[in-house]
Amino acid sequence: MFSQTVINMIGRGIGETLYMTLFSTLLAYIIGLPMGVVMILTDKDGIRPMFYLNKVLDIIINILRSIPFLILMILVLPLTRLIVGTTIGSTATVVSLVIAAAPFIARLVESSIKEVDFGVIEAAQSMGASPFEIIYKVFLPEAKPSLIVGSAIAVTTILSYSAMAGILGGGGLGAIAINYGWYRYETEIMIVTVVLLVIIVQIFQETGMRLAKKLDKRFK
Amino acid sequence: MQRNEPIIKLDHLSKTFKSKDSVVNALDNINLEIQKGEIFGIIGMSGAGKSTLVRCINLLEKPTEGSVLFDGQDLLKLNQKALRKSRQAMGMIFQQFNLLMQRTALKNICFPSELSGLSKEKAQTRALELLEIVGLSDKANVYPSQLSGGQKQRVAIARALATNPKVLLCDEATSALDPATTHSILSLIKKLNEQLGITIVIITHEMSVIQEICQRVAIIDASQIVEIGTVKEIFSSPKSSAGKKFIYPSSSKTQHFEKNRCIRIVFDGDFTYEPIIANMILDCREIVNILFADIKNIDNKAYGHLVLQIPDDNIAADKIITYFKMKNLSVEEVI
Repeated sequence: MFSQTVINMIGRGIGETLYMTLFSTLLAYIIGLPMGVVMILTDKDGIRPMFYLNKVLDIIINILRSIPFLILMILVLPLTRLIVGTTIGSTATVVSLVIAAAPFIARLVESSIKEVDFGVIEAAQSMGASPFEIIYKVFLPEAKPSLIVGSAIAVTTILSYSAMAGILGGGGLGAIAINYGWYRYETEIMIVTVVLLVIIVQIFQETGMRLAKKLDKRFK
Repeated sequence: MQRNEPIIKLDHLSKTFKSKDSVVNALDNINLEIQKGEIFGIIGMSGAGKSTLVRCINLLEKPTEGSVLFDGQDLLKLNQKALRKSRQAMGMIFQQFNLLMQRTALKNICFPSELSGLSKEKAQTRALELLEIVGLSDKANVYPSQLSGGQKQRVAIARALATNPKVLLCDEATSALDPATTHSILSLIKKLNEQLGITIVIITHEMSVIQEICQRVAIIDASQIVEIGTVKEIFSSPKSSAGKKFIYPSSSKTQHFEKNRCIRIVFDGDFTYEPIIANMILDCREIVNILFADIKNIDNKAYGHLVLQIPDDNIAADKIITYFKMKNLSVEEVI
């Protein structure tokens, strides 16, 4: 049905999409996970309440989350050029994806850790746990199943953002769908790329859910 | 009871919670000494401040005023690191067990050892020993969600003991358990006290828990300690109104007899099991009406109390009261 060139292009598109999505997710977690943990720690009922730090982070997260992704991409173009040297292509898209996803991930992490029973934290404190020990021996392991579900949500959200980035010269399946399917009326190519995106989302979501369920020791 | 240095001493302790538009005095000028090796009970209605009090002992709550001395050390003067070290010498168990749900029973018990820097192998060996002590050797690799309430509390007790603490703080540890399980947990705590010499502090709202294992008790009411003494003393003649509320049979059980003259007889273990009421009736030739009785036979000794309605006639009443007093029972008029 398709020429070898188109098939190669789509194959490259899948690779680029996966690269953008997974690399951005990784970087966004490196920023967002500590942010979420700090939000929990510095909350007024947290183990190290710090009102101003908490408030400032809260506002930054809310501002970044309220800017539509396409606008954010345009806003961070200078930064993208500074870091990557160009504003088009997959790696350039990663910059804006990370900036958009990190605050979203911070919120996901925050809500996952909030599910940990306060009594367990109190018990750890009564045993002489330091705040750092509470983070990596109580918060993260106890919230692990919920954090994994969160990461499945994060990956799929970042994937759909990455497809959107096709409009502004990003790479991947999204760019193919727009450039061929929309601008050149090659509907078949658009359909194929969309189907592929749906399949990739399904795989990430399903894997995350299954993994979380398997690792959760609370209901058995 | 031996009276050496108290292991825990609370001195003029107060705790105030401030929120935007209200100030709550949770604890008001608490003075308390808990001796090494004793089982000390703190009883109070919900909201009386007992949970805050126990949290002030290991500084999970920071007192607003006063001092907390643990083993001769003023905890409020310690820095964070030293305080965490001290907390390892105090185990604590909770009403809701508070186990780590994503760790097995064994790993839960290893947790405090990990915090204290013990090697993994040593922590594991210690945890297995403790599982044996609490009678759950077969549950080492089971997750808390697969355990019953009583088993969870046993794991929590084993976890609290992992660092060989000097004190075990029990915050309503049996309140979520059924009576039979409560009894088995209390027996375990008593056994630990006898075998390890660990000091136990029990917070509860149930007098039966205090009676079952405590030697001394403090009654806390409206943020203050209103009465303190041996369980024997307080059970036979409570002075405070809060104490009376805990010890006298609840009014719903006796209220329809309230107009009559009643006496309460306390059995505190000095009295061997003999049919005392029947003997009194035969010897004094006076009749009484049993309004309430709650007596347990522990090792062939009677523990508990009963409430009798006695004749209004003073001579007959005195005869009955004298009879019981001659039998070395504590008797008091309740109305």
